[in-house]
Amino acid sequence: MIAIEAKSLTKKYKNITAVDGLNLTIEQGELFALLGVNGAGKSTAIKMLSCLTKPTEGDAVLLGDSIIDAPQAVKQKINVSPQETAVAPNLSVRENLELIYGIYGHDRVSAKKKTNEMIKSFGMTEISEQRAKTLSGGWQRRLSIAMALISEPQILFLDEPTLGLDVIARRELWKLITDLNGKITIILTTHYLEEAESLADRVGIMSKGKLKALGTPDELKKEAGTEKFEDAFLLLVGKEAVL
Amino acid sequence: MRTRALALRNYKEMVRDKLNIVFGLGFPVIIMLLLSLIQSNIPVSLFEIDRLTPGIAVFGLSFISLFSGMLIAKDRVSSFMLRLFTSPLTAENFILGYTIPLLPLAIAQIAVCFIVALLLGLEVSVSILMSILVLLPAALLFIAIGLLCGSVFTDKQVGGICGALLTNLSAWLSGTWFDVNLVGGAFKAIANALPFIHAVNAGRAALAGNYGAIFPDLWWVIGYAAVMMGLAIAVFTHKMNSDSAV
Repeated sequence: MIAIEAKSLTKKYKNITAVDGLNLTIEQGELFALLGVNGAGKSTAIKMLSCLTKPTEGDAVLLGDSIIDAPQAVKQKINVSPQETAVAPNLSVRENLELIYGIYGHDRVSAKKKTNEMIKSFGMTEISEQRAKTLSGGWQRRLSIAMALISEPQILFLDEPTLGLDVIARRELWKLITDLNGKITIILTTHYLEEAESLADRVGIMSKGKLKALGTPDELKKEAGTEKFEDAFLLLVGKEAVL
Repeated sequence: MRTRALALRNYKEMVRDKLNIVFGLGFPVIIMLLLSLIQSNIPVSLFEIDRLTPGIAVFGLSFISLFSGMLIAKDRVSSFMLRLFTSPLTAENFILGYTIPLLPLAIAQIAVCFIVALLLGLEVSVSILMSILVLLPAALLFIAIGLLCGSVFTDKQVGGICGALLTNLSAWLSGTWFDVNLVGGAFKAIANALPFIHAVNAGRAALAGNYGAIFPDLWWVIGYAAVMMGLAIAVFTHKMNSDSAV
């Protein structure tokens, strides 16, 4: 089953083409990493796929619904964990989770039940009544991802989920993401190449708004003729994009 | 359900910001006590408690704009609004979710002014309730100004615009601190073209039991509130659907 099918997805801002005719198919249950240097167009692509910005041309169909014709239906099936930690600072961990479940249309009783499940499965029992602003960066990011998952999305967008985290917090989040692999479709953007290599089923490399390469990490290394994934990335992304 | 969840979150965010609440509720009360003290030493008819109270209540409402504007602007500046915009919340959910929790705060703001006024000698009468009712459109007006500012400006800019400019405008151009007729000319014309003086006049008329004099002043306030709310909804919806949503 196809989870995401982008067809000639294009976004232009005045004279700049941020995403240029993106064609991409992602299967259900796949963990797909989108890589690229700054300004490659990956964030804009994610913004279009998550209905945050409208494409200038083209379309994308997420689990049967178009981002142009049926954005509300798409939004009901997806969730996003933004790059910056997006939590309500004066709300407790529990209240943050209940809030998100509520805005996805669930009643208070089921919100409490689901929140208890999430708190348990994310190991947040001890901090459940703590206000979000008092949590460490790692816990805030964990909460942010829990908030993205509580609505039971079929497609999850993780934008730089481990940015700024220490090694331990990063590894914990990696485990959390790995546990989700196969259960839901995950689109991950990251600057950490080792993260993409170890987590993703397939990787797409973007440069100057275009999808330059697509395949499993091993396929991309083979395509570039390198042993290291980082070298493959540099070759495939092109020198002009890095300079 | 969706609106309720968002409104509850917004209410909690605001009331848990203790500094905002203490300053927002406390500052107008301090001004009221100060002006009453002046009045007791040097009697000024403008500062008599039945004339002063509606003026201070309207001034206090300007802090409601600050609360609402800051909340929305902070959500926009952080990634929290981005998270909300990718959820199935509609523009209607957003507007109601940000407006509804401010109404009890606005009513509490007005009520605190009247409770202090009662302690300072305001006579208990049904006109107090009438005056509170008459001030509700002004509450909506200030909420709308906050929504509009929060949709357009950053939290720092909202602090300057709603925290400094609006509080001063609503104080100086409302006829609370001094009679605008004393200044006259362009100042008086500007004051009369803005809604603040009309909100105070309508509140004063209601408190005096002079219900016939509530209008046309109240029409000015209702008109401004409707226009500002319409503008706030249009700007918020536009921002929500634009590329620069957050």
